Amino acid sequence: MSERILTAREAGLVACTRCGLVHTPRTQNCTRCGAPLVSRDRHSLQRVWAWWIAGLIVYIPANLYPMLLTNTLGTRTRSTILGGVVELWAHGDLPVALIVFAASIVIPVGKFLAIAFLAMSINKRRFMSVHAQHRLFEVVEFIGRWSMIDVFVVAILASLVQFSFVASINPGIAAICFALSVIFTMKAALAFDPRTIWDD
Amino acid sequence: MSLMKDIDMQDDFVEVPLDRMRACPQCDALYHLQPVQPRERAACKRCGTVLIAPRAFAFTRIIALSVAALILLTIALFTPFLDLSAAGMHSNASIWDTAMAFSDGMMAPLSIAVVAFIIVIPALRLGLIVYTLVPLARGRPAGIHAAGAFRLAEALRPWSMAEIFVIGVAVALVKIAGMASVTPGIAFWSFCILVIMMIWQDSFVDREQVWSALHRGSRTANTA
Ligand SMILES: [Zn+2]
Ligand SMILES: [Zn+2]
Repeated sequence: MSERILTAREAGLVACTRCGLVHTPRTQNCTRCGAPLVSRDRHSLQRVWAWWIAGLIVYIPANLYPMLLTNTLGTRTRSTILGGVVELWAHGDLPVALIVFAASIVIPVGKFLAIAFLAMSINKRRFMSVHAQHRLFEVVEFIGRWSMIDVFVVAILASLVQFSFVASINPGIAAICFALSVIFTMKAALAFDPRTIWDD
Repeated sequence: MSLMKDIDMQDDFVEVPLDRMRACPQCDALYHLQPVQPRERAACKRCGTVLIAPRAFAFTRIIALSVAALILLTIALFTPFLDLSAAGMHSNASIWDTAMAFSDGMMAPLSIAVVAFIIVIPALRLGLIVYTLVPLARGRPAGIHAAGAFRLAEALRPWSMAEIFVIGVAVALVKIAGMASVTPGIAFWSFCILVIMMIWQDSFVDREQVWSALHRGSRTANTA
């Protein structure tokens, strides 16, 4: 960073994070788009942690309980998230196994770590430059929703494979836990005020 | 994208009126608004967030693509989605069946969430955008609560998951490829095209362009 950058806050102003318009302090709502104005969201980290913990709590049963209940000619199999990936891998569908592995294991775990790291190190520069922190935040915000793939896969399989006793697939309890976990961690990422990353 | 050139926004704030300033929503860096031509982009010098990227005839194009996407969504809802056959048995699922896969018992909330993510929220966003932009494209005053409508459309952006659903369908098809043969129906193809339309539509949306047009639109409404 060669040059000094002036922020709206340093200029004694408050900016709208929805449309970018700048206002005098103590303005309540943006005069252009109506969004509430805060210079920095002081309760942001508190909400991030609340959603993070909620997401982690439901992520545990999501991995322990079955995601899919398959019934083929009276034989019942239950597969967990990890079990489903192993199955795809064993079938030789490597690219798809990797997509599911990324969407349901790498992204969620990576997201928990990244959000926790950002929440703990916000405006500290010990481990990462401010640019790297910002990049990490953008990645977390962008990629989190893609974990929902696995929930949709279960929904499609369960609605399609319904041949009464010959073959049927039903959703397991993990599907609902996993969906909640994705929603909660998305809320955690959205609760961040990215402007605080840049504050000194 | 090579046609786009990045332009700098000045940062000399001596006597700049408030409405000629913009701040980066991601890092709060303050800028003096400069005219940005269609196909040019103004990005934040510090964090790289694109702040302004106007496109020519953006509103007309966004409206056309949104209406097309809404029509495709309607078609997708009422036509067969996937047809499965295995050992002489047939089964088919519409998008609605897919969303309702969890509808019994304690899984019901999940069904509601799936309906919302793949049907209701995408349709609502498209509708809100059309509602906001139609009067502006015709040079008329903005509709009632147009600002609120566009703000809601923006807030719903992360929760519209049609494109994620399409990848989910692809994964599901591979998963059952071994046990049955699957034929995609009309709804499947319209859903795929709809996702492309939505991504294309989104590439024309420049928030600064929409908000400044809305602001002008509401002022003419107030003085008229
Ligand atoms: Zn605003
Ligand atoms: Zn910035």
